[in-house]
Amino acid sequence: MSILDIRNLNVRFATQDGEVSAVNDVSLSLERGECLGIVGESGSGKSQTFMAGMGLLAANGRPTGKVLFDGKNLIGADEDTLNAVRGDRMSMIFQDPMTSLTPHMRVGRQLGEVLIRHRGVSEAEARAQSLTMLKRVQIPEAERRLDMYPHELSGGLRQRVMIAMALMCSPELIIADEPTTALDVTVQAQILDILRDVKERLNTAVILITHDLGVIAGLADRVAVMYAGRIVEVGDVRSIFADPRHPYTRGLLACTPRLDEAGAGLMTTISGQPPNLQRLPSGCSFHPRCAHVTDRCKTERPLLEVVGPSRAKACFVDVKAA
Amino acid sequence: MTSSTNLTSPHGAALAATEDIQGRSLWQDALRRLLANRAALASLVVLVVIALACFILPSFLPWTYEQIDWDRMEANPPSIETGHYLGTDTLGRDLLARVLFGGQVSMTVGILATFVALLIGVSVGAVAGFLGGRVDQLLMRFVDLMYTIPLTFFVIILMVLFGRNFILMFLAIGCIEWLTMARIVRGQTLTLKNKEFIEAARASGGSTLSIIARHIVPNVLGVVIVYVTLTIPQVILIESFLSFLGLGIQEPMTSWGMLISEGAAEMETTPRALLVPALLMTTTLFCFNFLGDGLRDALDPKDR
Repeated sequence: MSILDIRNLNVRFATQDGEVSAVNDVSLSLERGECLGIVGESGSGKSQTFMAGMGLLAANGRPTGKVLFDGKNLIGADEDTLNAVRGDRMSMIFQDPMTSLTPHMRVGRQLGEVLIRHRGVSEAEARAQSLTMLKRVQIPEAERRLDMYPHELSGGLRQRVMIAMALMCSPELIIADEPTTALDVTVQAQILDILRDVKERLNTAVILITHDLGVIAGLADRVAVMYAGRIVEVGDVRSIFADPRHPYTRGLLACTPRLDEAGAGLMTTISGQPPNLQRLPSGCSFHPRCAHVTDRCKTERPLLEVVGPSRAKACFVDVKAA
Repeated sequence: MTSSTNLTSPHGAALAATEDIQGRSLWQDALRRLLANRAALASLVVLVVIALACFILPSFLPWTYEQIDWDRMEANPPSIETGHYLGTDTLGRDLLARVLFGGQVSMTVGILATFVALLIGVSVGAVAGFLGGRVDQLLMRFVDLMYTIPLTFFVIILMVLFGRNFILMFLAIGCIEWLTMARIVRGQTLTLKNKEFIEAARASGGSTLSIIARHIVPNVLGVVIVYVTLTIPQVILIESFLSFLGLGIQEPMTSWGMLISEGAAEMETTPRALLVPALLMTTTLFCFNFLGDGLRDALDPKDR
């Protein structure tokens, strides 16, 4: 059985100027030990999809549909059910390590707290395991760091502590929400190495939410590209990078600066702005920005269709031909 | 990437082996930092000395606070022979004994009432702020309602309902003082609850109650402690005000507030009746303020 199976998930936010559709009819599934990359612009709904699954939506957010974690639906589940899963079988790594650790608590205690809560172990045991975990995420002088406050650690070290915390109960699924965005490039590579190590050694499924295609290429097995709250293209990471079929994916890939194309000159960008989620364009949400737009795109919304082995896209146009 | 064991140099290993790896709690650590702060340490020492004097010394004095020396009915100057080391008041009662006893009452009322306020205020504020919505509305409108009831009126009602009582005084003052505390804590909680580390705590499966207790309350303590040190003097003043109206402490019992108001009436003839309690009270309040400042610094791990 898939570890995570999202079926027809919708997330709406009630705001003062009306309803915002952050996630629209998203379906995804993830096997154990697999890494799924989620790419999209800011506001494409990539974080909210998984926040809904974790029961962490803002108070005005209303999810519908199903998020099956190991067969159990988490949408609409009560706090106790969610708390039994969160941090234990499913954990999350947040974007900003600088603010994601409680400032008044020593690193060792924060790590141990997760174990004490979910496994009921003694403080000494929790401390010993925290130490093991800090070593696993390659924190130098781990004994000393245990007794430090978060503010005494650098950003990279804090993100490792966050990863260690996510790993404390050996979860089956880790949701990494832009884990490297706040870090500098050399630290990014180290963090990705740690995540890859975890995924391979512990057979943990990883969801990697990012807007950085380089990060996806380095770690993910499969990629889902999101635009305006919908999945527009999904498939194996190699085939998507080699042969993007959706115009948006093509655009994203074209935007990535490349070192091997000397003298490429100006950076390519996708023209226009991401759509207003309160008033999505008719038909395909991407049509106002699409270079291959047809009349059909303006009236009819393309559905996600299988276009090859483990590939699907939501577009009427065959970009290859175009 | 090599594994972490390779990163530990022989020097690092020796360091780790000799170093005490036992974790210290927030409070042990705060205490250590508090003691390193000279002004706070001095204040703490002075406070302890005053408190010990108030609570222990009276049993060694020749006169008790309510005993009248019938031979010296007028205000008498200090003298060693008579046993009135600071003289007597206009009724012939030993001033030193009365000042020390007054200190007992003032300190007890100040600390206990503040403790009551702290307990109610922090829990109501944290719960209201964290849960938000209807619970918040309900609790905060109740606070607003309580604000509109005048203190004296409230105390009179309590006195009528439950009779005059020393304990009631703590409760009555505490019941008024928690309102501001609740508002302060709620405000702090509102800014804290959207922080990432609260979200991270929720994502790792913390229940609402444990998040409030382990992540919200410790983080508002710095602000709360400072407010507590402002509340203790305030409570001591409220107590003297209530006693002056005849609603608080009754003769022959006394408190610093009462001693000062009595002393003020005769300050032209016997200034020591005003000066002694006033000096002790201001010293105490001063020390509380310094101590609070030190505590705030000690409880903030970022200020190390």
